[in-house]
Amino acid sequence: MQDVRLLAAPLVPGSLIGSFTNANPGLGGVCTFVGEVRGEDNVEALELSHYEPLTLPSMEELADRAIVRFDLMGILIAHRIGMMYPGEPIVCVSAAAKHRRGAIDAVDFCMDCLKSAAWFWKRELRGGVWHWIEPRAEDYADLARWKK
Amino acid sequence: MAVRIVFVGPLRDIAGEEAREVAAPLNWAGLLEAVGAEVAQQLGEERVNVACAGEVLTDKTTLQAADGDEVALLPPVSGG
Repeated sequence: MQDVRLLAAPLVPGSLIGSFTNANPGLGGVCTFVGEVRGEDNVEALELSHYEPLTLPSMEELADRAIVRFDLMGILIAHRIGMMYPGEPIVCVSAAAKHRRGAIDAVDFCMDCLKSAAWFWKRELRGGVWHWIEPRAEDYADLARWKK
Repeated sequence: MAVRIVFVGPLRDIAGEEAREVAAPLNWAGLLEAVGAEVAQQLGEERVNVACAGEVLTDKTTLQAADGDEVALLPPVSGG
């Protein structure tokens, strides 16, 4: 069961995870990660932009890869776009599998791919000025862990 | 008869607009000419990708956009 969403409105992980878990009867484990907007460095707001023809299709392709690679029963990937404030959820990835290792690794894998290879562009509002965020070297290094 | 050029993320700020329509067909040389010197310089960087009609080009210099195609200029992503 694959559930991939781009959300322009606030993301409520609890409301997604309950129905996702119910949609995968007989599972052995569910692993869920929720990323939130950090409030450090005086970040007042964050805006995520995307490119419609690429962003959602590439997330669906990522979900397909994760299902095959980690032998999942199901995967949920929900990602916010638009304006967010510190403390708001920005991404939620949940994986259901027969055994825990696949679920845990799949979430780790999907997050690394989303951070450095998904079609999103992020800017932060600090001191009333917008700053575009450049990808970090650590993000590429995290992604490289899965290349084999 | 037009090709729509879409400026994404930071390139939107540099271009000063979200999109621009130019005459079709459009190749790499035509694109560089159409977007202005500052965006053209960014396009020269390897980490800036180009998509045409919803497909990211493996080699952006082979761009051949036809009437009705959308050409997106994609700076390095910073997601999640």
